[in-house]
Amino acid sequence: MKLSIVNYGAGNIKSIQFAFQRLGYDAILTDNPEEIIKSDKVIFPGVGEASSAMVKLKQSGLDQLIPTLKQPVLGICLGMQLMCSHSEEGDTTGLGIFDVNVKRFSNNVKVPQMGWNTISNLKSDLFKGIKEKEYMYLVHSYYAEQCKKSIATSDYELEYASALENDNFFGVQFHPEKSSKAGEQLLKNFLKL
Amino acid sequence: MLTKRIVPCLDIKNGRTVKGVNFVDLRDAGDPVVLAKQYADLGADELVFLDIAATLENRKTMHDMVLKVAEQVNIPFTVGGGISSVADVDDLLHCGADKVSINSSAVKRPELINELSDKFGSQCVVVAIDAKEVDGEWLVHLAGGTIPTELNLFDWAKEVEQRGAGEILFTSMNHDGTKAGFANKALAKLSDLVNIPIIASGGAGTIQHFVDTFKEGIADAALAASVFHFGEIPILELKEALQNKGIPVRL
Repeated sequence: MKLSIVNYGAGNIKSIQFAFQRLGYDAILTDNPEEIIKSDKVIFPGVGEASSAMVKLKQSGLDQLIPTLKQPVLGICLGMQLMCSHSEEGDTTGLGIFDVNVKRFSNNVKVPQMGWNTISNLKSDLFKGIKEKEYMYLVHSYYAEQCKKSIATSDYELEYASALENDNFFGVQFHPEKSSKAGEQLLKNFLKL
Repeated sequence: MLTKRIVPCLDIKNGRTVKGVNFVDLRDAGDPVVLAKQYADLGADELVFLDIAATLENRKTMHDMVLKVAEQVNIPFTVGGGISSVADVDDLLHCGADKVSINSSAVKRPELINELSDKFGSQCVVVAIDAKEVDGEWLVHLAGGTIPTELNLFDWAKEVEQRGAGEILFTSMNHDGTKAGFANKALAKLSDLVNIPIIASGGAGTIQHFVDTFKEGIADAALAASVFHFGEIPILELKEALQNKGIPVRL
């Protein structure tokens, strides 16, 4: 299986590569469109700020490529947020794969949300073998609103979409690569899609 | 619901853990990677590695250790000790660290916090603050709590938040090593003052101390070393006790 991690200078992607390595798979880091198109599975990571990440994607043309991919694509954290329509962070347009907006938590709660929270209302093969209210590790200040494409929800100040699915595109707000055994199960499930 | 985090801290010198660690039958209790894996399996929510002898010569050793931990451990971890530049952080994040912790270097040059959060995002910038209560005032101390400054703990906490810190690791020098409980009053005041997560450190001795720091200190996470390393408080037992007291934990 050819597994690619989209490399556009978005933070700590080594952890994702290591997580797949622990499962016995070699993932390549690449920004080469041909490599990405040829891959069986694509991981779209992201840590950092949304508008500057979008600028980087545009510079490399990846903003055009990613929405046209046909194989399973998994956006993680900021990667998932960039797949949405719009983000309040830097008031940027996203890739529009998920028809939902990304907003900032209010100051009624500590921001960023940092730590382990539960995921509920699971409805996707991505969560096979993962129980309702399983814990996942999250670090984020912005969230995707609850919507039709939601396949998992979490509560922090309000109920929001902590995972999304649209055709071959999947997005998770949490970090499966840092979420112990449950996170590993999710990555395994993704590889089987 | 977001859970409260339990964070074992490992002191590292030349790539090895220091202070004896004696809580389970380990092949090599001095190997931070073996220990980290063990802690992850036992239910620790996060780990902190503190390079207590951070020098230029052993920087390579630390990088190798971080790389190995990232390869083998499936929970998040923070690395601290001797970090004073954007380049230092870049190296550690490239090795797979999730967060870095800065302390004295931030007091000496507060702009470092802005630079790090602009470049890498505030989510990976932990500012560690060592403070001591002297005549009723909490003063920030440097170099492992040995050098006093005139900086007030609460003023400094507010400033690091404004400069882009994602989290504060507060160690009370009055409580550290006493095993008599955390500095809950100061912690609660910090939590009230800033809107970023606070990790309580210094003073853990019993399970009740953790209950108190989450309830009275309103801490988001609690860090400890020896009570975990010597098996005085097994993490699972601690988390079950916290849950029984109505404190949300990952079990």
